[in-house]
Amino acid sequence: MKTLALLATLVTGALLLYGTRDFPAWGDPQAPASTYLSPVYIEKAVEQTHVPNIVTAVLGDYRGYDTMFETVVIYCAGMAVVSVLRRNREE
Amino acid sequence: MRDIHEHSAGEDLIIKTSVRLLVPFIQLFGLYVIVHGHYSPGGGFQGGVILGSSFILLALAYDLKTSQDYMPVWANALLGNIGPVIFIGVGALCAIFGGLFLDYSALDVLIPLGPVEWRSFGIFLVEVGVGLAVMSIMLLLYWNLSSGGALDEGL
Repeated sequence: MKTLALLATLVTGALLLYGTRDFPAWGDPQAPASTYLSPVYIEKAVEQTHVPNIVTAVLGDYRGYDTMFETVVIYCAGMAVVSVLRRNREE
Repeated sequence: MRDIHEHSAGEDLIIKTSVRLLVPFIQLFGLYVIVHGHYSPGGGFQGGVILGSSFILLALAYDLKTSQDYMPVWANALLGNIGPVIFIGVGALCAIFGGLFLDYSALDVLIPLGPVEWRSFGIFLVEVGVGLAVMSIMLLLYWNLSSGGALDEGL
């Protein structure tokens, strides 16, 4: 079983590493993120949300789904620990 | 709130006294980081971690029971559930009032502040939810992991 799990991990890791070959180079000005996405955020964020801190504007507004599920992930971590560990000491 | 000297367990006097003096300022700073996330680095996650760590500091310097005097287990569980509910509730309200999910400008129908101001205020509401969730889940993890799930005595 452990060998199987290790094998699955290695195969998934190799696939993910293989997938990074298609990524644009770090800081590539021709990458889709830097050709239109980042400029729009930088130019429009303050105007559209009245939040001077662009990071907060992106995190809370443009990327609201991402932040929501980050919170849900933390919540799930708490629920998992509680369901595994929590007990009342009866004696 | 019960007297803090009621529980005799914990570290020595210097640590206890300095922690007791520090904790209100740490909590104030945590609230500041949450509400000032619009203007400076910060926001719900960071402020929530600071708030949670203030209670963990109490638990370290005194014992788990003292930190549970400040933040009862039931209140912690309640806040941990309210946090995600605030976030998802705000998003759902946006959808109910005619916008897209998490499109805060739709809440302008509810209280007319202007759509742009609502996007700013909606981020704030959401950050408060994140802060509450992160604070109580951090404390919950510490309580459970340090006491083996019994929440009575920890490190």
